[in-house]
Amino acid sequence: MELIVSSSIGVLTAGGIYLLLRLRTFPVILGLALLSYAVNVFLFASGRLAIDQSPILSRYGEASYTDPLPQALVLTAIVISFGMTAVLVMIGLGAYLESDSDQIDIEPDDDDPQDEGAA
Amino acid sequence: MMHWIIIPVVLPAMLAPLIAFALRHDITLARTASVAGTAILLAIALGLATMASDGTTHVYRLGDWPAPFGIVLVLDRLSALMVLLTSALAMVVLIHAITTGWDARGRHFHALFQFQLMGICGAFLTGDIFNLFVFFEVLLIASYGLMIHSGGKARMRAGLQYVVMNLAGSTLFLFALGTLYASTGTLNIADLAVRIAEIPAEEAALVRVAVILLLIVFAVKAALFPVQFWLPATYANAPAPVAALFAIMTKVGAYAILRIHTTAFGPGISATEDLAATWLFPAAIVTIAVGAIGVLGARRLMPLIAFSVVGSMGTLLVAVAVFSQTATLAALYYMVHSTFAAACLFLVADLVVTRRATDALRPEPPTVQNGLFAALFFAAAIAMAGMPPLSGFLGKLLVLDALREPEVIGWAWSAILVGSLLTIVGFARAGSILFWKSTAMAGPADAEADPEADKADAQAPATAGQVAPAMVALAGLAALAAFAGPVTAYLEGTSEQLFDRAGYVDAVLTPPEPEDVADTAGYGSDDLHEDDAEEEH
Repeated sequence: MELIVSSSIGVLTAGGIYLLLRLRTFPVILGLALLSYAVNVFLFASGRLAIDQSPILSRYGEASYTDPLPQALVLTAIVISFGMTAVLVMIGLGAYLESDSDQIDIEPDDDDPQDEGAA
Repeated sequence: MMHWIIIPVVLPAMLAPLIAFALRHDITLARTASVAGTAILLAIALGLATMASDGTTHVYRLGDWPAPFGIVLVLDRLSALMVLLTSALAMVVLIHAITTGWDARGRHFHALFQFQLMGICGAFLTGDIFNLFVFFEVLLIASYGLMIHSGGKARMRAGLQYVVMNLAGSTLFLFALGTLYASTGTLNIADLAVRIAEIPAEEAALVRVAVILLLIVFAVKAALFPVQFWLPATYANAPAPVAALFAIMTKVGAYAILRIHTTAFGPGISATEDLAATWLFPAAIVTIAVGAIGVLGARRLMPLIAFSVVGSMGTLLVAVAVFSQTATLAALYYMVHSTFAAACLFLVADLVVTRRATDALRPEPPTVQNGLFAALFFAAAIAMAGMPPLSGFLGKLLVLDALREPEVIGWAWSAILVGSLLTIVGFARAGSILFWKSTAMAGPADAEADPEADKADAQAPATAGQVAPAMVALAGLAALAAFAGPVTAYLEGTSEQLFDRAGYVDAVLTPPEPEDVADTAGYGSDDLHEDDAEEEH
């Protein structure tokens, strides 16, 4: 269990960072999505790993329950990262349509005074 | 219980959807609502600052849950100061955006602006570190929209870079929070301070990892070396009023370092006290150098100002990195100053650049009102570079004066002084190219009026309304210098309160009085439906 969870976090993170470093829109979006999956699983693990236990302290049963807070944190993180991915896709698309390039990094000539500038 | 504390979050949160849904077709209505909202915010921020100025720490318990279980908003002098700074800056920037017509060049400027204010005020007020993450996301997602406001090739690409950078930063933030929660079992800042103080130094490895991860996250926001590289491209390509508003965004990172790395991980907590200072100080020194060299090497006006912002963040964080009361006082004074100085520079640069063909630093025929713009730019540059008589000088003097310990004085003094010199040279060069060499060029617009006819609008002289915001910002800097005595007295209390960990912890963790509970039961959930995360948490 611990091995599966930790190696899946590791693989997702490694894949995410690799894709992030490709510096092109589509791989970067995928990479950030992988990273957000990794962080979601990681947040789950921060409340200790537990199977078949409810996140509610039962009044009648044994006092055995899993920490509910990380679940709430993960839910928030999922909502936020989903929204952010949608925004990123739209901005990436906009940047691609404006400049015919899906490079994330800005080449030095883009910074050239000949360009249309900041105004 | 005092509900005023949550108003800086709720008011923009209500206003923004109203503007986006109901007022989006009428720019006049949207402007009116936005200005009115910001004015009310400013008034409330003044009230909150007065309320906090007696030195008590006010705590607002959302849903009236006691502190480590529910979310709290905490108003102390530091939060009140930051909210006041935000709303004053927002007012200046908003007036500039309206009078220059920037807000009409794209859609939803005012709605995004209000959401941005909500996020910034929330980040300053919250007493819970996961809630801080949520407010960071609110302010970031609004800033993405503002950053690419009115579009254009360079801006979209810089915006994409900015978004990717910050999304990576947010992911790191979540990793840090997970690590912190796994090792301490709490995310409330006051509770963290208590728990981490109990951790013996030899078992603190996991907490120390979390502290450094958080430091990196805040360093990204504060544009600290080696993660400062997003800032020049972003600020240089953002619409100028947005860049001026972003002057407060870097301060959010500095505030988070001050608040969390002082209160929860700071001096006196054996497990983590050496970490932030060890890494922050050299990074801040390099940041000053990067900023100064960037100012000297910039070939366009906007990147030049952006690099001067990087340099000022370096100066600010050198003072923060010492984690002493006097240095924090200096850092706070410099923070207020550099926010307005950077905003003022961007606003003046906007007035100049919209009347020139380009913001490249090369002689062009002089614009209308060359003298006025030159004077404004000169004054703002003096403030930014830190020369008398404006507050930049006093700010840097305070910072230098606070950094007298033998182990820091050499690096800090030489970096700040040499950095200031390079910044002065850079600004002097830019100013003389833009405003003096221009006057030597033959035939401004009037000599060749016909080809310039289509640019008649761009060459229109600036109205009083367009110049006023920059002037108000300058007046603020002058006032900050003139009233340095009272201001530093307030900031002295602020920094004393920030280092009074026991007072903060007591105020937050002491449960409310029983009659308070009866009075306000049922509040909170109504006020908060805009933010699911808070209820989840």
